[in-house]
Amino acid sequence: MTHSDRLKEQILRTSGVNPLKCMRCGKCSATCPSYDEMEYHPHQFVYMVETGDIEPLMKSESLYKCLTCFACVDRCPRSVEPAKLVEAVRLAVIREKGGNRLHTDDIPAKLDDDMPQQALVSALRKYSK
Amino acid sequence: MQVTEYKPKIVAFCCNWCSYAGADLAGNNRLNYPDNIKIIRVPCSCRVNPMFILRAFQRGADGVILCGCHPGDCHYTSGNYYTRRRMALLFSMLSYLGIEKERTRVEWVSAAEGAKFAATMNEFSAQVAALGENKRLEDLRCKP
Amino acid sequence: MQRIGVFVCWCGTNIAGTVDVKRVADALRNEPGVVFSAEYQYMCSQAGQDMIKNAIREHNLTGFVVCSCSPRMHEATFRKTAEAAGLNPYMVEIANIREQCSWVHKDMEIGTEKAIVLGRTAIAKVNLNAPLTPGESPVTKRALVIGGGIAGIQTALDIADAGFPVDIVETKPTIGGKMAQIDKTFPTLDCAACILTPKMVDAAQNDKIRILSYSEVTDVRGFVGNFSVTIKRKARYVNEEICTGCGLCTEKCPQKKVPNEFNLGMDTRRAIYIPFAQAIPKVATIDADYCTMLKTGKCGVCAKVCTAGAIDYTQKDLIMEEKYGAIVAATGFNPISMEPFDEFAYSQSKDVITSLELERLMNAAGPTSGQFVRPSDGKHPHKIVFVQCVGSRCAGASKGKEYCSKICCMYTAKHAMLIRDKYPDTEVYVFYIDVRTPGKNFDEFYRRAVEEYGVHYIKGMVGKVTPTGDTLRVQASDLLANKQILIDADLVVLAAAIEPDKSARPLATMLTASMDTNDFFTEAHPKLRPVESPTAGVFLSGACQGPKDIPETVSQASAAAAKVIGLLVKDKLVCNACVASSDEAMCNGCSTCERVCPYGAITYADKEFRMPDRTTRIRRVAQVNQAVCQGCGACTVACPSGAMDLRGFSNKQIMAEVDAVCK
Repeated sequence: MTHSDRLKEQILRTSGVNPLKCMRCGKCSATCPSYDEMEYHPHQFVYMVETGDIEPLMKSESLYKCLTCFACVDRCPRSVEPAKLVEAVRLAVIREKGGNRLHTDDIPAKLDDDMPQQALVSALRKYSK
Repeated sequence: MQVTEYKPKIVAFCCNWCSYAGADLAGNNRLNYPDNIKIIRVPCSCRVNPMFILRAFQRGADGVILCGCHPGDCHYTSGNYYTRRRMALLFSMLSYLGIEKERTRVEWVSAAEGAKFAATMNEFSAQVAALGENKRLEDLRCKP
Repeated sequence: MQRIGVFVCWCGTNIAGTVDVKRVADALRNEPGVVFSAEYQYMCSQAGQDMIKNAIREHNLTGFVVCSCSPRMHEATFRKTAEAAGLNPYMVEIANIREQCSWVHKDMEIGTEKAIVLGRTAIAKVNLNAPLTPGESPVTKRALVIGGGIAGIQTALDIADAGFPVDIVETKPTIGGKMAQIDKTFPTLDCAACILTPKMVDAAQNDKIRILSYSEVTDVRGFVGNFSVTIKRKARYVNEEICTGCGLCTEKCPQKKVPNEFNLGMDTRRAIYIPFAQAIPKVATIDADYCTMLKTGKCGVCAKVCTAGAIDYTQKDLIMEEKYGAIVAATGFNPISMEPFDEFAYSQSKDVITSLELERLMNAAGPTSGQFVRPSDGKHPHKIVFVQCVGSRCAGASKGKEYCSKICCMYTAKHAMLIRDKYPDTEVYVFYIDVRTPGKNFDEFYRRAVEEYGVHYIKGMVGKVTPTGDTLRVQASDLLANKQILIDADLVVLAAAIEPDKSARPLATMLTASMDTNDFFTEAHPKLRPVESPTAGVFLSGACQGPKDIPETVSQASAAAAKVIGLLVKDKLVCNACVASSDEAMCNGCSTCERVCPYGAITYADKEFRMPDRTTRIRRVAQVNQAVCQGCGACTVACPSGAMDLRGFSNKQIMAEVDAVCK
């Protein structure tokens, strides 16, 4: 088993997503609010995980442009849940870095009035696992 | 020293429309299952009278399995529902008599499930073999 | 005592490869009742069958066992062989030593041993076989077609052509179905009404066809050849015989605010109405939910203006009971609700419409009299976006249907083409996942939309439609350009998935016809018996069996008609010979068997019995209707006194098999 095979398996396991369910309609990317910010778009995430092409995803800034708004998850006709894949890839990166986590204790210090609550929620989703 | 492998004697009742055809499909696909399982064809799983099962145990069968169409798919609309209820009662009575629950089973096998048929038979045969010979209801007077 | 013959088949090497056929034949020769045993290469061949026939004559056989392939394969063959040699066909048993022996085992010793046991089991059964004669049941030479769309009309016309009377039951006030609402048809672009309405008229004028419009089937009893159906004729408060269809009442009725379902609610009609100009039967119907007279007793305008005196406010629902030999389900389809797909803003904007609504908008008899304008402001749209697969091909937790609705790719190409043809100043975008156009001249049609009419086909899906001011902002992905695009459209058309009509499920229950998880009727065999339901005497026509376009529906409708005719030409139907029968001497009339019978085949009769002391006693005993019994055997197990038995699979026979297996 090659490194990329192992990575793919890890991502499929942590996300619980089956990319083979995708029928490649692109509705995830059509619905994505940060589409223009992303180098790899939601439908590409699904396809690249399916083909095992994960390292470029891990290097990409797209991971941190995803708002985790779950619009793609809600609208996907095939229940593929692309945002969960993005999360899983992000998690894989974090695990490789180690010790890079957001702790609930640190949150009060980071609070400021302009910050939307959603950002905190997604920050926890992104960085606390 | 040669040890002959113990082979339990198993009677399988298969409904004509689903499970018998499923067994045929297992054959078509050359899927192996133990030769100690012998199939008796019945029109519907609900044709199987509890008497047949008692008779099998009396005659020295070590296990009995009943196969029918999946619930909702019965060729006769509701036959397998009768089977499900009747066998639940019969099997609990058998277990009261000392015939382990593992010796009896009802399984739904469709005409398309040749692989499931073979897998079920392999598994059931191993399960019965693990229990050893059935002595409980065996009537020695029935022995030749 | 039986005289049994045993015939072991080699099936080439299929059996002989793993089973020592000679040894099997020799071993079985010593079984009780066996007087003859032989093996041959191909028992099912002409030579093999002749060998059996000769043995029957020479050895005076009363029954025989063939050790060969599955009985599902050649039981019928060998029964015919028996019959040809003057033996009752039910005196034959098959030992399945191919599918369930030689093909599953690799070891010659094991295979041979098992084959002997299987042969012995079959011999034990034949020893107890009795000659059986199947019963016969008469056929009512009349058919019922449920649903009066193009499928039902075509089926009825074909059956009537063969000379059999047919009734069409339609819930709406008129026949015509969905096709009557459609504007043009693909791939020829001829107008739907121009090809449908002559067929409707044909049906109305055919003296073999009776149209029961505004009616519903409420109960079905009986069995193939002998159905008894209860039909409710809903009160339309207009005497169908007298009404001339002049339409004066529909102009004068003061209640004008009734949503017009024929135009999918895009305009209104009166409380008394004729759905459309070419309706059949062309008679008015009063909508009891809106009629002021029926609700408050004050109005009566229609009765006053009707010169024929056809209005009858006192009319009641009429229940009729009819007999039929065959029933055809043709209940059709509906577009699904767009409610779960609110990202497309269907509920937020009038300018987001479904394709069927677009058909009405483009139709000369539609709410806009054929003016192609936006429903919101009546302006001509200049930019139109078509969204494909709305609710089709969905999976998992999402809200749509798992199947492809099949017709959307073609009708969208048609719509796009028609719009570009009539209004070349309109930009048309079609967002697709796949374009699926199998069918004669279908792909050519779609290519014409792209190449000749300049319709913009974009591979990708629309993610969101936002009403902004006058327009609809469509956010979509263009997968080939790897871009997200925004289009400010004037009109968005959703290709809604189609689903079976809601009436299909209760109908299937009444017919004991099976359905799949999507509520489409299941066919008896997906490839070889596509227009028959597994329930004998029930046939399927049109989209109630699966999504279909018009050409396919019509061919299936005619196929169903052919099957119905094949049934109705018979004077008698041969029943299953392996049916239940009750031993009257043992039956105690407890009704247990009647309650478990799924077919209602068991009835009770009082019978006179002569007692040993020469007195007579009258007892209630069970009687099985052989024409209705399907031979499942549920009653045989339920019977507490052991009076009920199943012919061909009797208690004694199965016991003998169990004994032989366990020996």
